[in-house]
Amino acid sequence: MATKKFLYVNRKAPHGSIYALESLEVVLIAAAFEQDVSLAFVDDGVYQLLQNQDTGKLGSKNFSPTYKALGDYDVSKIYVDQESLEQRGLNKQDLMPLVYEDEDDDWAEKDSIHVVSSTELAEIIEQQDVILNF
Amino acid sequence: MKFGILVNEGPYTHQASDSAYHFTAAALRAGHEIVRVFFYHDGVNNGTRLSVPPQDDRNISERWSALAEAHEVELILCVAAAQRRGLLDGDEAKLAGKDSDNMAPGFQISGLGQLIDAGIQADRLIVFGD
Amino acid sequence: MSVLHIVNKSPYDRNSLHTCLRLAQPDSAILLIEDGIYASIKNAAASESVQQALNSHQIYALQPDLEARGIDPERMIAGISLIDYDGFVKLTTDYDKSQSWL
Repeated sequence: MATKKFLYVNRKAPHGSIYALESLEVVLIAAAFEQDVSLAFVDDGVYQLLQNQDTGKLGSKNFSPTYKALGDYDVSKIYVDQESLEQRGLNKQDLMPLVYEDEDDDWAEKDSIHVVSSTELAEIIEQQDVILNF
Repeated sequence: MKFGILVNEGPYTHQASDSAYHFTAAALRAGHEIVRVFFYHDGVNNGTRLSVPPQDDRNISERWSALAEAHEVELILCVAAAQRRGLLDGDEAKLAGKDSDNMAPGFQISGLGQLIDAGIQADRLIVFGD
Repeated sequence: MSVLHIVNKSPYDRNSLHTCLRLAQPDSAILLIEDGIYASIKNAAASESVQQALNSHQIYALQPDLEARGIDPERMIAGISLIDYDGFVKLTTDYDKSQSWL
């Protein structure tokens, strides 16, 4: 089967609507298809990666720890839009640390999150075969 | 050319499923192949056979069913999204101990893998949503 | 060719168009559908950025969505092309992929 470049663009905040959770479910399934997967977090989508989310008092599912498992699913290209972070008074330290083990580098633990400029993200979008938006 | 269509919103509340329908119909008119229409999020609600819109309005699920019948278009509801929202086929209803199913003709329930597969098989994947 | 950006939100309600314009490469095209067509109106707050985008992008608007909303083509920013659903399908074949700014 041919490998295609899939980009999942997340632009919605978590918990206020189900899009973030159901997008994550797609990404986990997609991992089994051995395609080239990248995730982009843009606009309110960056809120999905904030640390210390706790939905206990809402009674809804707290799926935020699942992002930390993405590395185990070989999803290691996570692009966060710098301008979206800045607009919201956030920086990388506010986000959950997401890592993967690089099999080409003696399983060294590496950072999955890449904070990217508008120019870089525009190029990443351009390079894809399939773009899914949630 | 081969198209995959993703519908992320239910009927009537958002225009997304109307846009997806008109796009799909136009693509078929132009001689393109529709690999699959995949319904996700509230989009699964397009697949109910129990909707009763007023006489002077379009019947969105019947319209999809007609398209599926005329052109053998695969209409797939994501199983996880459908179960959450109470869209069940006969087997699912039985398994879950429910007294009825509510799937419109031409719709099938399947896994999210069918969405990824559509992305792989199709030359273009077009997303409609809110 | 490159990316077809599909915008279905009014620029007065959401930032979809704004972010789209920031992340769209010069050779990509923009298609306004559903409430996105409100961005095609001239002499409005969003007109200047759309006008500017026309220098580096082809911009299209979906005619059935304009008609449904009572927007006379006379009120559109010059340079935006009107297309129907057949034209929408054609555009998606002209460009390699589409990005829907939901």
